[in-house]
Amino acid sequence: MSVPFLVFFACAFLSVLGAVLLLVSWEPIHSALSLILVMMSLAVLYLLLGAEFIAAVQIIVYAGAIMVLFVFVIMLLNAGNEERTDWSKIAKVVGLPMAFFLLLLIARGLSRSVIGATIANGVGARSNAGVSTRDLSTALFRQYLFPFEATSILILIALLGAWILARKDD
Amino acid sequence: MDPGEERRLSIIPISYYLVLSAILFGLGAVGVVFKRNIITILMSIELMLNAVNLAFVAFARAHGQIDGLVFVFFVIVVAAAEAAVGLAIVIMITKNRESLNIERINLLKF
Repeated sequence: MSVPFLVFFACAFLSVLGAVLLLVSWEPIHSALSLILVMMSLAVLYLLLGAEFIAAVQIIVYAGAIMVLFVFVIMLLNAGNEERTDWSKIAKVVGLPMAFFLLLLIARGLSRSVIGATIANGVGARSNAGVSTRDLSTALFRQYLFPFEATSILILIALLGAWILARKDD
Repeated sequence: MDPGEERRLSIIPISYYLVLSAILFGLGAVGVVFKRNIITILMSIELMLNAVNLAFVAFARAHGQIDGLVFVFFVIVVAAAEAAVGLAIVIMITKNRESLNIERINLLKF
């Protein structure tokens, strides 16, 4: 067992643990903290994959900005314990077997598709071109300049929309 | 990049990353369906976006292509915008309904 494998399995375990904790915790703030755990371990995985810039953006934007926004809203709304509601009878009797059946169908379809074959055989990781931050920025500002500028308009619209939705009615 | 580092980066098969990505995406989807708190549902959506990002980065690495990383960048930007608007909607709903439980938000429910 070499070091990259150990790092990978540690981070994979931490991220799955965080995702499970997000699901089982009843307090929203605990869910937010476990989601930060998932994002941190994914950032380490990005480093392992050689994507340094994406790892930095993951920590700064996701774990920093977006999760702080979530935590602020949880505090603002005083979001406490989640209400427990019972499932309806039809959901218990019909829903669970149907969901299981649907999952089986999807798994069967995937295992026969190109993606399934890729997962089964494994793509040979031949990375001849070094995927560096310099290449990323060159691609971003040359080939993808128009989408990049379009995202600034998207951010502006989101900003205005959030302001209009959350302001006081008067 | 020297050969030693090349080997270090490519030693883990891409399929491991894809399986991890699928597990995280599935857990996120389960959260969207089963959780009752609207903020936790938004967080589960973020988890699904993260899982997709992991698959993008893994494929970008496997093919030595930059486009996957650029796409991850855009996904993060869109996730930020989505979180801002989504949380604003959550604040507005909570002001009107006095509850974060989605079972109570049932005006359009048959």
